[in-house]
Amino acid sequence: MIRFENVHKRYPGGRDALAGVTFSLERGELAFLTGPSGAGKSTLLRLIALIERPTRGTVLVNNRNTARIARRKIPRFRQRLGIVFQDHKLLYDRSVFDNVALPLVIAGARRREIDKRVRAALDQVGLLGRESSAPITLSTGEQQRVGIARALAPRPDVLIADEPTGNLDPELSAEVMRLFARFNEVGVTLLIATHDLELVQQMPHRRLRLVAGRLESDSARK
Amino acid sequence: MIRRYLGLHLQSLVDALRRLGRQPFATLLTALVIAIAIALPVGLRVLVNNVGSLSGSWQSAADFTVYFKREVPTERARALSREVAARADVASVQFIDRAAALKEFRARSGFGAALDALDDNPLPDTLVVRPASGAAGDVEGVAAALRKLPETDLVQLDTQWVARLRAMLKLARRIVDLAAALLAIAVAIVVGNTIRLEIQNRAPEIEITKLVGGTDAFIRRPFLYLGVCYGLAGAALACLLLFATLAALGAPVRDLAALYETRFALTGLSLRESGALLGGGALLGWAGALLATARHLRAVEPR
Repeated sequence: MIRFENVHKRYPGGRDALAGVTFSLERGELAFLTGPSGAGKSTLLRLIALIERPTRGTVLVNNRNTARIARRKIPRFRQRLGIVFQDHKLLYDRSVFDNVALPLVIAGARRREIDKRVRAALDQVGLLGRESSAPITLSTGEQQRVGIARALAPRPDVLIADEPTGNLDPELSAEVMRLFARFNEVGVTLLIATHDLELVQQMPHRRLRLVAGRLESDSARK
Repeated sequence: MIRRYLGLHLQSLVDALRRLGRQPFATLLTALVIAIAIALPVGLRVLVNNVGSLSGSWQSAADFTVYFKREVPTERARALSREVAARADVASVQFIDRAAALKEFRARSGFGAALDALDDNPLPDTLVVRPASGAAGDVEGVAAALRKLPETDLVQLDTQWVARLRAMLKLARRIVDLAAALLAIAVAIVVGNTIRLEIQNRAPEIEITKLVGGTDAFIRRPFLYLGVCYGLAGAALACLLLFATLAALGAPVRDLAALYETRFALTGLSLRESGALLGGGALLGWAGALLATARHLRAVEPR
């Protein structure tokens, strides 16, 4: 589903964010991407979402070489990808419903279909009944869950999350992680970047550890 | 499919209107700037057109007078006048025989006593010719033909000033058209700049939309509608300005016309012209927004 082959990413100024990263994530797999901040976790996810392009090496997503995806094809590509952000990236001048509906509206879904899917997604994250709330009136944890619902609503094959528990207390963090594990059970491929090693170690899933741009360990290759 | 597409457009339009309504003062100012830029050339054009139609109503200015030689008998002159009237390039003629002319001159001028002192009638038979066409060349052609008649003493043409006025009007129209073209560009720039600011204000929203897969067309659409709304609002205000101005000028112009013993009323914008104005405003707004989005939307990439 996701494959990195000897991927390098060098930012202007000469800093290597990623240096020779190789790994692959099968369909239906859930993996945590761990490592200290600055290790290149975010960069790796940004390469998957085509927010950035690798300096060298190949990134394949859904068996497609991302280097061959032209700029104007990126929107379509992202429509099949669920992305969860640490800072939620919600539209604060719109309701919870409109936020979750956004990817569906973009994809041109029918009104009734949008209605159904938004409710289903909000139900999954435990926010059914808050459709008309303004995001700003929600707690950080709730806002994060709105962001997750938005990523889920179009039913993506792949979901990537960058520090989804970064601003949450341990209890909420564990809850969000359990939520991800549940999506995985229904077949979604997930790659979740987090520095919360303690939390991750309690879970039975694969762990990729990045340090200074290199893949230091992969729990699947033991 | 089509319904969904239309739905997206309707949504963009409603969104644009809501955004404009949220800051009515700023919207009004922008619309007013656009309105003035539109109303100025259109108003001048209306003025020029009015002067043009006024000069057109002076068709009689193309008339000229043929004075026959005094030795030509009135009967011969009358026959000639019938021949002239039969010409294809002559609309009508008015023959004034010397006796009638003398009578009228005596009655009007107050030189009755002086005329009595003369042995015979000093006035010639005259013919007032109205050419079929008012164009300067055609008038000149008829005059030249009549000048060649052996019985003609003098052909008095007084169309020079009309030709000059027409030329001036032509020049004025050209100048107004050029000004209109420049101000149209100005309208597009005003809208474009407003849209550019809007894009800057909404950069986070654009970034998020791009992140969840929004296409360029999807992101551009609300801004294009915003541009169209600005253009339309500006054009509508321009129409109001023009109507108000014409209404204010209507009465004085009527009074002035009455003093010149003509009946003349200002012609404003027809319904079709107003429609064209609104359409043109919308088009300019759209063009300005398109320019702004083409230039600035790309700059807002997810970071």
